[in-house]
Amino acid sequence: MNPGIQLGVAKLNRNRNAFAGGIRDGIPIALGYFAVAFSLGIVARKAGLNPFQGFLSSMLNHASAGEYAEFTVIMANAPYFEMAFVILVTNIRYLLMSCALSQKFDSGAALGHRLLVGFGITDEIFGISVGKPGCLNPYYSYGAMAIALPGWAMGTAMGVAAGNVMPVSVVSALSVALYGMFVAIIIPAAKTGRVVGGVILVSFLASFAVSRIPAFDGLSESMKISLLTVGIAGAAAFLFPLKDAPGEQDEAGKDVD
Amino acid sequence: MTHNIYLYILVAAAVSFLIRVLPLTLIRRKIKNRFIRSFLYYVPYVTLAVMTFPAIITAPQIPLAGILALAAGIAAAWKGVNMVGIAVLCCGVVFAVEAAAGFFM
Repeated sequence: MNPGIQLGVAKLNRNRNAFAGGIRDGIPIALGYFAVAFSLGIVARKAGLNPFQGFLSSMLNHASAGEYAEFTVIMANAPYFEMAFVILVTNIRYLLMSCALSQKFDSGAALGHRLLVGFGITDEIFGISVGKPGCLNPYYSYGAMAIALPGWAMGTAMGVAAGNVMPVSVVSALSVALYGMFVAIIIPAAKTGRVVGGVILVSFLASFAVSRIPAFDGLSESMKISLLTVGIAGAAAFLFPLKDAPGEQDEAGKDVD
Repeated sequence: MTHNIYLYILVAAAVSFLIRVLPLTLIRRKIKNRFIRSFLYYVPYVTLAVMTFPAIITAPQIPLAGILALAAGIAAAWKGVNMVGIAVLCCGVVFAVEAAAGFFM
């Protein structure tokens, strides 16, 4: 076979495998999303949205805290400018995640891939995407998006339409699925590196403290997350800077196969 | 003045989109600065840890269910169980603890 074609076929297979892997890892996300979005839909209903509008909002905005804020703005009949500002503040952590993901991209990655992967950033999809060793194959993110975003949007629409149909015990159990996934990402990293383990422990404690100290009550959930992230990751970077370029070897290895 | 819900959704979506794609499209090279590189390396772990705790305790109806789910999740992750398995395990723990609590209390 022509080596060029062979290379093309290998690339196609790799992308297909990445997409399938994304769908597989996206299933628990979609389940968790469905439960969370369902309760979000109940808020949307109060704000006067119909199921289609709930679906549309979740398909385009797909952020739990951000959409909650969005619906409160709609409920208050506030100016559009306020909507823009509220979304900027509640979703600012995605800016950090986007910065981090930019380092997982091949320098030559096409603009289209960057726009699509960027559009798909949620806490969870970011989490599993950045957890992949080496360069990120955008098709992995697409696979996760393909199942998780509709799960989120349909959960919202059904929350608007059906209100409290699901048993509370099921919603309660599903509500921890997302956190289980976060644990699955951070704990293996803590196992291999002592510094990462320490950083995670400090993050747990600081986050708990911030949730308990009344002085921070005025901050939104997303703002707290952003501030804690900047503070703790900044301190860790200052105290324990990385030694050599990470992922460099992974990339070199990737070119061979 | 009443506002259009579709226009609200559009404004929210546009701002979210810009926040999400700007860094990814503007930062095209590998960052050489050691501090920034290290900072971005730690960001995901800190963000995920901060989002997990204490939220996992407040999400279920009974805080103890969340605590046990977290402990089970950490133990399973330490042993190398995959992501789906851990998510299902955590859900199962919460469901079982809450069912047991409902039975005994």
